[in-house]
Amino acid sequence: MGKPIKIRAKVKGDIAEVKALMPHDMESGLRRDPDTDELVPAHYITDVVAEHKGEVVMTAYWGTAVSKNPYVSFSFTGAAAGDTIKMHWNDNKGDSSTTEAVLK
Amino acid sequence: MNAHRRLVLKGMFALAAIAAWPRLLLAARPDSVFQETDADKVIADLFGQAPTDSDQVMMKIPDIAENGAVVPVTIKTDLENVESISIVVVNNPTPLAASFIMSPRSVPTVSVRIKMGESSQVVALVKAGGAVYSTTKEVKVTIGGCGG
Repeated sequence: MGKPIKIRAKVKGDIAEVKALMPHDMESGLRRDPDTDELVPAHYITDVVAEHKGEVVMTAYWGTAVSKNPYVSFSFTGAAAGDTIKMHWNDNKGDSSTTEAVLK
Repeated sequence: MNAHRRLVLKGMFALAAIAAWPRLLLAARPDSVFQETDADKVIADLFGQAPTDSDQVMMKIPDIAENGAVVPVTIKTDLENVESISIVVVNNPTPLAASFIMSPRSVPTVSVRIKMGESSQVVALVKAGGAVYSTTKEVKVTIGGCGG
């Protein structure tokens, strides 16, 4: 089970601006362990989905070049303060995380 | 007569919408494109068409990145009917960094932090209304982000 996603979402008018931080190593598979000099296996988030009122409002597909502890921001319309947003990620090792947050 | 014409038109639009549906959705992660090592091939495989340079695709990224492990990128566009926003780092071992699939309710702007192994051109690609538009910036990296 992956760590929870830190979500901050603010509504202005009917537009929600979402900022999310996902604690994750995001190993590219190209980095060598400084002690053993062996390659650290790739371990990274492959897809992220954001849902609002049962509708997918954003999908992200990621490769190994997204930084460690990924930060992402995006916006969508049709939102009101007090609504819930749900975010979910999967990684290449089958791990995942789902977090819900309230729009402010 | 008019009502009938309207109905036929509606039907045509509905058919066009159904035909466009699978591409619009890009329902699965394009895994093979993420493995691809050549930037031109990434773009060809992802879109099946060449992008047009456009100042309607705006990319905010530092000219000089002191730390290649964390390079903040923001992409925005004035274009309408945006289907996806993608980031390609030409000199990275696997150039496709991220693809964001927009929904009908999306505001077409995304921010993310990416890794850059070395100085490189970074291409922001926006697919909108079936066509692909891009903007390219040269980013100088002083400490690479692949080993870090």
